[in-house]
Parts: sequence; C-alpha cells; structure tokens
Amino acid sequence: MVDAAVVVKQLRSTYASGITKDYDWRISQLKAFQKIVTSHEKEILYALRTDLSKPEHESQVQEIAQVLSACSLALKELKRWMKPQTVNPSIIAFPSSAKVIMEPLGVVLVISTWNFPFMLSLEPVIGAIAAGNVVVLKTSELAPATSALLAKLIPEYVDSSAVKVVQGSVPETTALLEQKWDKIFYTGSSRVGRIVSAAAAKHLTPVVLELGGKCPAVIDENINLTVAARRIISGKWGCNNGQACISPDYLITTKAYASKVAEAISTELDKLYGKDPLQSHELSRIINIHHFHRLLKLMDDDKVNQKIFRGGQHNESILKIAPTILLDVPQDALILEEEIFGPLLPIVMVDNIEDSIALISAKEKPLAAYLFTNNERMKDMFKRSISAGSICINDTIIHFLVPNLPFGGVGESGTGAYHGKLTFESFSHKKAVLERSFILDLDARYPPYAPWKTKFLKAVVQGHIASIARSFLCR
Amino acid sequence: MQNTLQLELKQCFRSGRTKAVSWRVDQLQALLKLVSEKETQIFDALKKDLGKHRVESYRDEVGLVKKSVVNALLHIKEWMAPKKTRLPLLLFPASAEVLPEPLGTVLILSSWNFPISLALDPLVGAISAGNTMLLKPSELAPACSTLLAEIIPLYLDKEAIKVVNGGSDVAGELLQLQWDKIFFTGSPRVGSIVMSAAAKHLTPVTLELGGKCPAILDSLSGSDFKVAMKRIAGGKWGPCAGQACLAVDYLLVEQKSVSVVIESLKNCIKKFYGDNVKSLQSICRIVNKHHFDRLRSLLDEPGVAASIVYGGSVNEELMMIEPTIFLDPPLDAGIMTEEIFGPFLPIVTLNQIEESIDIINERPKPLAVYAFTNNEKLKSRILHETSSGSVTFNDTIIQFICDVLPFGGVGNSGFGRYHGKYSFDTFSHEKAVLHRRFMLELEPRYPPWNSFKLEFIRLAYRFDYFNVLLLLLGLRRKFTAPSS
Repeated sequence: MVDAAVVVKQLRSTYASGITKDYDWRISQLKAFQKIVTSHEKEILYALRTDLSKPEHESQVQEIAQVLSACSLALKELKRWMKPQTVNPSIIAFPSSAKVIMEPLGVVLVISTWNFPFMLSLEPVIGAIAAGNVVVLKTSELAPATSALLAKLIPEYVDSSAVKVVQGSVPETTALLEQKWDKIFYTGSSRVGRIVSAAAAKHLTPVVLELGGKCPAVIDENINLTVAARRIISGKWGCNNGQACISPDYLITTKAYASKVAEAISTELDKLYGKDPLQSHELSRIINIHHFHRLLKLMDDDKVNQKIFRGGQHNESILKIAPTILLDVPQDALILEEEIFGPLLPIVMVDNIEDSIALISAKEKPLAAYLFTNNERMKDMFKRSISAGSICINDTIIHFLVPNLPFGGVGESGTGAYHGKLTFESFSHKKAVLERSFILDLDARYPPYAPWKTKFLKAVVQGHIASIARSFLCR
Repeated sequence: MQNTLQLELKQCFRSGRTKAVSWRVDQLQALLKLVSEKETQIFDALKKDLGKHRVESYRDEVGLVKKSVVNALLHIKEWMAPKKTRLPLLLFPASAEVLPEPLGTVLILSSWNFPISLALDPLVGAISAGNTMLLKPSELAPACSTLLAEIIPLYLDKEAIKVVNGGSDVAGELLQLQWDKIFFTGSPRVGSIVMSAAAKHLTPVTLELGGKCPAILDSLSGSDFKVAMKRIAGGKWGPCAGQACLAVDYLLVEQKSVSVVIESLKNCIKKFYGDNVKSLQSICRIVNKHHFDRLRSLLDEPGVAASIVYGGSVNEELMMIEPTIFLDPPLDAGIMTEEIFGPFLPIVTLNQIEESIDIINERPKPLAVYAFTNNEKLKSRILHETSSGSVTFNDTIIQFICDVLPFGGVGNSGFGRYHGKYSFDTFSHEKAVLHRRFMLELEPRYPPWNSFKLEFIRLAYRFDYFNVLLLLLGLRRKFTAPSS
C-alpha cells in the first residue's frame, strides 16, 4: 500500500519549489492531459467498456469530450483566469489601490468515483493544475480498468512530481484522508461525503462535495410528449443506464396524464433500444453484483412489484436490468426513499401538477430538478420554490455541458461547484491585496481619542463630505 | 429548547417571507435603526466587557455595521438579480441564468473581541441573502450578548432572527442540529469542532479564524517611517489591545533599524496610551482572567521576559497589561509559535528584510500579512511567495473596511469569506437554471447509434462547428469506430 504521508511530503516539496505557479508549466501540463486523451482514445473507450459496458457514444460525449473541453477552455483562458482582478477600494481607504489575486491552495486531494471514472477524475485534476496546485488523484476501485489506465498514462505524460495517482479502496482512501490537505474535492455518495468532511475538519481543510440525490422530473400536460420522452430517456438510460448523479431519478405527473407519459416513454424506448434491451450494446451494465441485487430488491418491494408498467427483466450473468418503468408508485415505497442509481424509473401521480412542488420540497435537496412544461407560471413557480443544485426546464442533464454554469449541489446533494472557470476558482484562494499610500495619514485613527475624532469618523463612514470637513476644522 | 427555536426558524423560512426583497430591505433598515438608536447602550456594553473606548467602539463596531448595512441596502437588488449566462451554440435554442437563493436557516457563532460587529456583520449577509438565522454571541462578552438578546427582537423580525445566549454547552447543543450553513468566527481549535459537527449533516461552513499576522518593516524615509510606525502601533494595540485576529502579531525588521524602531514605538505608545499600567488610556483591557493568565504565562518561558525592551507591567485588578515590546524572543517560545492575541509585540531582527518571507512561511498561513515597503520587488516576492487571507501594503487592519475585498483566511486561518457582496454570496446557493425549448431536436443525441451520429457528437461536443457543418453537408469523411 502506498505511504500517504510520504506522497504528501513529496508533493509539498514540489509545491514549495514554486514550479506549479508558473504559467508555462501549467500550460505544459494541460497540453499533456490533452495529449493523453487524443493519443489514447481507443484505450480509454476500451477501459470504459470493460468497467461499465459503456456504449462508445456515451464515452465520447460524457467522458472524453468533457475532458477535452475542460482542457481547451483552460488552455484558452488560463492567462485571463490568473490575472489579478482590480477592484475599487472605498473612499474610506483613500488613497489606495486594491486587487484580488488568485493563489493556488497548495496540495489537494481529488477523490473520484466509478460511474464516469475518466471524466470525474480528470476534470477536477485539470482545474487543480490550472490553478497551480499539486494533486493526488484517488481513483475508484469499482472501475479498475479505468483506474489502472489512469495510473499508467498520467505519469507518462504529466509531471509526476506534481500529480500522483493512487489506486485502491477504503484503506487507501482512509490513509489519504488522515493527511493534511489544502483542499479535498470529493465526488460520490452523501454517506462517504460525511466521512470526508469529518476527516477534513481535523485539519480545517475546505472541501467540495459533489454528491447525489433523487433528481425529480416533473411532466406537465400540453407539451411535446415525444420529445420530452426522448430527453428523459437520454438523461436516464442514456446516461450510464441511470447510474449518474444527475439522471432523472423519478417522474411526477398528474393522474390524468400518467399513463400517456408511461406509454410515450415506452414507445420511444422500443425505438431507441429495441424490443430486447438486455441484448442491446447501447446500455451500460450495472456496475457490480451488489448494486444489481440492490436494484432488484427495490423492484421486489411489495409496494411496487405489481406496478411494473414495462421492463423488470434482468440477467445476472451479464449484470443487466432492462429499462423499467413503474407506474403509480406509492410515496412510501423504498424506491422513492433512496437514490435509485439504476435503470428503474418510478412514476408518482399527483392530482394537480403544482402538488409536485410540495412533494419535491419534502425530500432532501437534489443535485438537479427537471420540469417539462410550456406553462410560464409553472416554470416560474418551480424555479423559485425548488431548491436544487441546478434546474433544467424541458430537458435533462444537458446543463452539465455548459462550462459557464456552476455545477454542484446544495444541502444533501453537496457543497461547492465547478466546471469552466469555477473549477479553477474552486482550487484557488482569492487573496485580497490592499496597497496604501503613506500620504494623507488620518490623525483621527489614532489615540489619544477626542470627541472631534468620533465626529470625524462618523462623517467619514457616512460619506458626508461637508461633515468631514466640518469636524476636521473644529478639532 | 434550541430545537424548538430552530423549528420556528425553519417554519418561517418555509413560509417564504424572508425571500421577498421588501422583507430583506425592511430588516436591513431596522438593523440600521438599531445601531443608531442604541448606540449609547452599545458603547456602554463594550466599555463594560472590554474597556473599549467609544471612538474604538464606533470605528470597529458600530460604524462598521452601519457601513455594511448601507452598502447592502445600496446593492441588494443587484445582488439578488439572476445573472444571464452565455450558452454554446450547440444548445440553441436555450437560455440560462444563475439564480442566487437563500440557503435556508443558518447559525452564526460570533466572538468576544468585537462582540457587536462580528455578530451583526454576518447577520447583514444572512438577511440580504434571504435566510432565517440564529445568532449565538460569545458568553465572554456578557454585557454585549445580553444587550443583543434584548434589542434584536425589538427591531428585527422575531420569527426569522433569533438570539440565544449561553456557553459552550449551548453551542454544543446548537451544533447537534441540522443547519443549512454555519458561520463561525473564533479560534482554529473551536473551528475544527464546529466543522466536525457540521460534517454530520453535510452543512457548509465559513470559518473566520486567526493566526499570527506578521508585519514586515523595510527601510523607509523619514516621513514614511513615521507614518509606518503609527500604523504599526495602531494596528497592534488599537484593535482591542491586540486581541484581534487581524492585529499585528509580530514585527520583522532589519537589525540595523531596530533601535530606531523601538524608540519610535515607545514614543507612539506613550503618546497614544500613556506609560503607567494603572492609568492607560484609549486601550482595551484583557477580556478575562483566563486570557490574562495565558498572556502572563507567555512571559514565564525561558528567555522571553529577558527580551522585554519596553513595558511588561500588569495590573490584575484592572485586567490591564501594558503595551510591551520584545526584542528577539526565542523563536520556539509560545510567544512566537501561538497567536498572541494580546498587547505583546515581539520584534524579530533579520540581516536582510527578504528573510522575513522564510519566517512567515515556517508558520501556518495567517489571516493577514502586512508589509511596509516602497520596494516593488519585495512587494512582489511577498505577494507571490507567502500565502495569507489578505496582504496589505503600508498599513494595517484597514483592508477590513473595504467592502469590495473578500475577507477571510486560508489554511489555518480559515476558509470562506465575507464583506460586501461576499457576505451575500456566503449565505446563498447559486442555482443554475437552464431553459430549453421542445423544437430543434438533435437526433444524434439518441440511439440507435451509427458512425454518422458518432462523428457528429465527437465534433459537436468539442464545439467544432465548422467540421459539424462539413459533416452535415457530406463533405467530411466519417470516423471509423474502433473495434470493441
């Protein structure tokens, strides 16, 4: 097992040398990451297929393209991101000049996860390097092929005195968490998020926690149901077969509309994946037998096992479960309590579509909330009443692609955000710098205190030029 | 009991009342009224708790809060407004915005050294951001805490803003509950306890902690030197007799200048405060016996008392310790390893001023680094080779009053920041909202997959629109899928 303390020591020494602060060094590392992707695309696709049976198209869009996009944005914008931001100090501090400079935090830990094992490892690491830090990347043992590939390729291209990959499972993660880090960036479950946070607390380490939750999708009437169905499918089964933090977890629609919704999704599922989805190569498999059984248990629950509208077929030897829709699921069913993280889609029915808001608000804040509607009032109400990491109206998951939108959770779905410039900022300290002149030193600041000094300070704080003059002249 | 109070706050938040801009503005205006109308009582309480002079009380407490509130009132609509975001062409037609929303019900734990401003300034942020809140002031400033518990309900919305007093047991109870944010000002030791408690509920925290804020004093010309010395003295003993996270903790000076520096500091001290510990003016007393004893015991370590070049007298009855200067105390003594938080000023002499950078870097990252110099090269080195919450050149403390600058620490001095818009942000969640239309569906999004769709996606998601166009026009060769 790798010695975490030794690794951290080595990295601290690299950081102390100052090399990672250098613009040219950062650019060279970003280019190296870019090269890893462009030169080894086939191996990356193969590893993802091995770990998750991930269809090539998903790997291209959701893993490879995301990483390349992060690299090219950073390469293009780094100079601008690194530039100090001049601010206008208040009149009280006159004469002075002020700015905020972006400073790396130092030695950071990125803990990634198994469902998007390539992208969720590299995107934070790229941001950390762009911000001038040194990094340990701890990959997930549940995606061994991708972890091994990253552990092989990263040292070949990137400065290994600044970026280290640690594979392994709970013991390795625990050992790493005992060290003192300048930042920890964790993607995974709320349960482990608590453990990471508690470990960070011992060293006063700030954290970003990208967690999960039950992302609801509300389907209103009077919409283009075919397009909506396809977009839901794309976000659910087209996204690692529902094993994604931003997949629509469950649907809410009206009693009157529910069967139409179920029918529409079912029809589109046939078109997109065929009549025998267990044979389809275009659906990721379930990651492992533990999660496979967990999902079967959700379907077996007495409250829902008679509610399967479509699907339910499964094959343990290939770890596949067919896209499954459950219609009219009672709100106290197990499947509505925990994050599903799989190809099961429960549909909850309400009397009026507005009731969905109370239903969602009664649960923990999700990473994303989706609404399909053409009703402007409903859109507005949803936007203002639902607290979630992000909201997407009339589509699913696509907000993930937008580099200028903050991607992160709130409450149980996490803290902090990244993507685009925010990733850079996430791994930076915004240092305030105030530069004062020696001239115009105000006596009123110093003792011995006197009534005119109080009057003067009051006037300055209130910005009353006349009062300032008056109190100064009357001292 | 705390549970019930919190439930009321959560219920109030759920009612949606605190989200309205009118509520926020009303509360801010009420807060302004509070500090104006109760100014005398506030000054009295500060005098009682800390012996704080009214000028210091205005400058560091009342005036500060007023300025914060006025700034928030001026900008709140701007801060609350959704920010439109540019989207990639690929997503057309669509629009996106970032909508700030309140986190919910927040806990503010304030400190004893600026018991009014460190309680009310975060309150300004929490109110502006539309939250409900519980404030727990420090029991070590009892007159101020009692006053706050009395006057806040008189002016502010009782159901949305509550004050609870008590000691660490009460704080402990509050920390067991689930909050949407905890804002803590205090020591790193307690900061760690707060963060551990918050971890159980995945509650985000802002920790405003402390550290040893160094002041580097380079060679300066006559008039600049005089101003620098005043500012250093004012930055050491001015804020709560050195009991301030931002106070100058220790001074770094070249050997050749040290005697002039000491003389000048002595003159400042005599002029500002007097030279008799029984009758010092315009300076706070030590907050309580525990800290008084703690400071006194710093003198007991070997070599420390011997390094005193001015001061050293204490008066336990008055809880006063006179401004004291030390010349080169042992670097491994408590006075040089722990945050002093008192009126002791160690001076560390160097052969060359650049050595100060190493000395600073040997210690945990402080809340502020102060440097008095006109040497641009030195300024640049300090900026880029040290890390601290903030850096101020040629002055002390004053960065605290600039609302445009983020105020917060890094490393051991904390994380998160506030003041101005940063206060609003620290109590907000920035929610991304993406609006899409039903028309213009991108077929290549969906299976069944083929090589055309793959190529389209490869290009489109790299925002390579030119080649997408070529592909669509049939002018581009398709990518051959690798064999699985």
